[in-house]
Amino acid sequence: MQTQTEAGWRLDLFLLPLIVFLGFCAGLSEAALSPDPAMAIQGWTFAACMAFIGCWYLWMYSSRQPADERGPYTDGVIKAGVVAAVFWGIAGMLVGLIIALQLCFPHIFYVPDWAWSSFGRLRPLHTSAVIFAFGGNVLIATSFYVVQRTCKARLWGGSLPWFVFWGYNTFIILAGTGYLLGITQAREYAEPEWYADIWLTIVWVSYLLTFLGAIWKRKEPHIYVANWFYLAFIVTIAILHIVNNLAMPVSLLDSKSYSLFSGVQDALIQWWYGHNAVGFFLTAGFLGIVYYFIPKRAERPVYSYRLSIIHFWSLIFIYIWAGPHHLLYTALPEWVQTLGMTFSIILWMPSWGGMINGLMTLSGAWDKLRTDPVLRMMIVSLAFYGMATFEGPAMSIKTVNALSHYTNWTIGHVHSGALGWVGYVSFGALYCLGPWLWKKKLYSNALVEWHFWISTLGIVLYITSMWVAGIMQGLMWRAYNDFGFLEYSFVEVVQAMHPYYIIRAIGGALYLAGALIMAYNLWRTARDGEPVPAALPHPVSNILAGEAA
Amino acid sequence: MHDWLERNSILLLIGILVVVAIGGAVEIAPLFWVNGTVEHVNGMRPYTPLELEGRNIYVREGCYLCHSQQIRTLRDEVERYGHYSLAAESEYDHPFQWGSERTGPDLARVGGKYSDEWHRAHLTDPRSVVPESIMPPYKMLGSTALDYRNIQKLLQANRRVGVPYSDDQIAHAKDDLEAQANPDSDGLEAFQKRYPKAQARNFGGDPSRVTELDAVIAYLQMLGTLVDFKTYKAQAPENRR
Repeated sequence: MQTQTEAGWRLDLFLLPLIVFLGFCAGLSEAALSPDPAMAIQGWTFAACMAFIGCWYLWMYSSRQPADERGPYTDGVIKAGVVAAVFWGIAGMLVGLIIALQLCFPHIFYVPDWAWSSFGRLRPLHTSAVIFAFGGNVLIATSFYVVQRTCKARLWGGSLPWFVFWGYNTFIILAGTGYLLGITQAREYAEPEWYADIWLTIVWVSYLLTFLGAIWKRKEPHIYVANWFYLAFIVTIAILHIVNNLAMPVSLLDSKSYSLFSGVQDALIQWWYGHNAVGFFLTAGFLGIVYYFIPKRAERPVYSYRLSIIHFWSLIFIYIWAGPHHLLYTALPEWVQTLGMTFSIILWMPSWGGMINGLMTLSGAWDKLRTDPVLRMMIVSLAFYGMATFEGPAMSIKTVNALSHYTNWTIGHVHSGALGWVGYVSFGALYCLGPWLWKKKLYSNALVEWHFWISTLGIVLYITSMWVAGIMQGLMWRAYNDFGFLEYSFVEVVQAMHPYYIIRAIGGALYLAGALIMAYNLWRTARDGEPVPAALPHPVSNILAGEAA
Repeated sequence: MHDWLERNSILLLIGILVVVAIGGAVEIAPLFWVNGTVEHVNGMRPYTPLELEGRNIYVREGCYLCHSQQIRTLRDEVERYGHYSLAAESEYDHPFQWGSERTGPDLARVGGKYSDEWHRAHLTDPRSVVPESIMPPYKMLGSTALDYRNIQKLLQANRRVGVPYSDDQIAHAKDDLEAQANPDSDGLEAFQKRYPKAQARNFGGDPSRVTELDAVIAYLQMLGTLVDFKTYKAQAPENRR
């Protein structure tokens, strides 16, 4: 490897391999010294990942001009992100299907001798794989694509984008294998332990730098609206991640840590994090996709520039307040509950502002819904976004929440957002990026149609079954008989869930089948799609510049 | 005006930081100093070493994903599970385990509701006692010896984040753990002095060694039993919020 290139001495080729090397040493030390066998396995895993990244650096930079540093943009890393997203998406959905089946048929899908296969260890694997592994790789890939095109500049820092990609996926592997070993902080959506959190912090700062660096070098006077959303996502997730994960490790050789906060304060900080993981990871980031891919695909400018501004600032301001709606009627002081509920209801407005801005971008191009299944997928995702962001404020009203909280209604709500909104907008972006990056025509539009209809059927089965199950569950828990006693024992309610759990699993299986169709379609596109020789017909920057002016 | 923000990435970055900081600061910061955020109660004490180990296993296995530990102030919940949960009851919980889902019942006051024997059978094979249950079997708890070599460090780490363990409690953590699991041991008296009213017995059913099952059942059997509700004044000014 050479740190000396034609461009002169390269800091990134010194600093990043050094971080990787230090990481390798840290991993080996844990593996060798930790008395905790689970931690030793984590040490080996991390060291292996670091060794892999080290080898990758050697291989990539053994030639004088690495492939990804030719051409105007750093695109190789985006291709890698697309592949990783598809892989993790399918893995995460498969784990989701398995745990759904565990709740349907416990005597078949639990293996008493395999501690790692219980619901409690697989459930974080499912949520982390679909949110952080699938969603995270989609966000990294799309943000890298969008920021370069809309700034007409490369990502900053030479090999830094690749470090972000490998580093982030190392975090995913460390977290996922940790759950199976029983390593968790028991904070929903923030389960990885202290050392994985520290590693993610390093990676995340690198992500911010490479992204912001492209903005600094931009050749356009304005920062395009999609980048505001990506920037808000990156910055806010950094704050949330650091504060929520403040913890005291038992020792440097122990995987276990205790959170800095306790009880009621800990609960609010966790749900401030948890709700804004939804608000900034699963909403702001994916709105960045909406603001680039929908105008581009529809070949229309964004509907309203003013609405973009209002919707952006009000969304990020109001979202932060909504966390306490996860803790209504609990030991959290009443004033915080009321504040959280109030802002959750207000949040409906900026959410729908974003939905309207995205949907109306199709003005004058509505016919494309008929002819372009990829665009249709993204537009339907906005419809699901609108539905979930109406349902959310409704569920955060205290009297509604009294019924819905702790039930499967919440699961249904989350999945209408996750499958319908995040999933569909991601699939749309992947169907765009595959052909654009590999410079081939999409292998089959018909398969996209199949994907769309099969997974839509899956979503409908999933969310309707969970609505019915959740409302029934809530009503049964609070039902009284004529003598003034509670009508049902807890286990009678569990029993009543059975058919709905089965319908939910069928819905999930259909959704997974759709994703497999997509994976096949994208693979065939990359392998033997028809090459597209010329540049893209309508450079989006013209459309966007026309709008911003 | 928005023109500046759109043309200057640093201004945009600062703008985002300020806007997202407000909500969190207003809601979270006061919880650390507003009087009455945590009620005044009698009876709360830190977890015994054995209970703490049990809680670590509860965390490890992700029990919180299906079981809440937070009884809301609603009539049916109070009748089903007992007195609504107080903030004081989780003041030593790092992290809190209130949960968000009741695939299984709330456990905030499960302590003392079932016998140790029931818990042993239920944890090992839930469907042997509740045929309709969909809970995973935790067969390995009873066959795995509890690894408590680092018990002192666990208590120390808890003290560093604010749990009031005394030097004495930390120094004797290992003895206390063994005494609580073995009622015939010599250390029982000293243990009960350090942790008044804590229950000591052979929870897991295997007298030859301390297993993970001992720890989990010791933890479950104390859940929600600490606060003395006879002396708790819900209407006292310092407890109203």
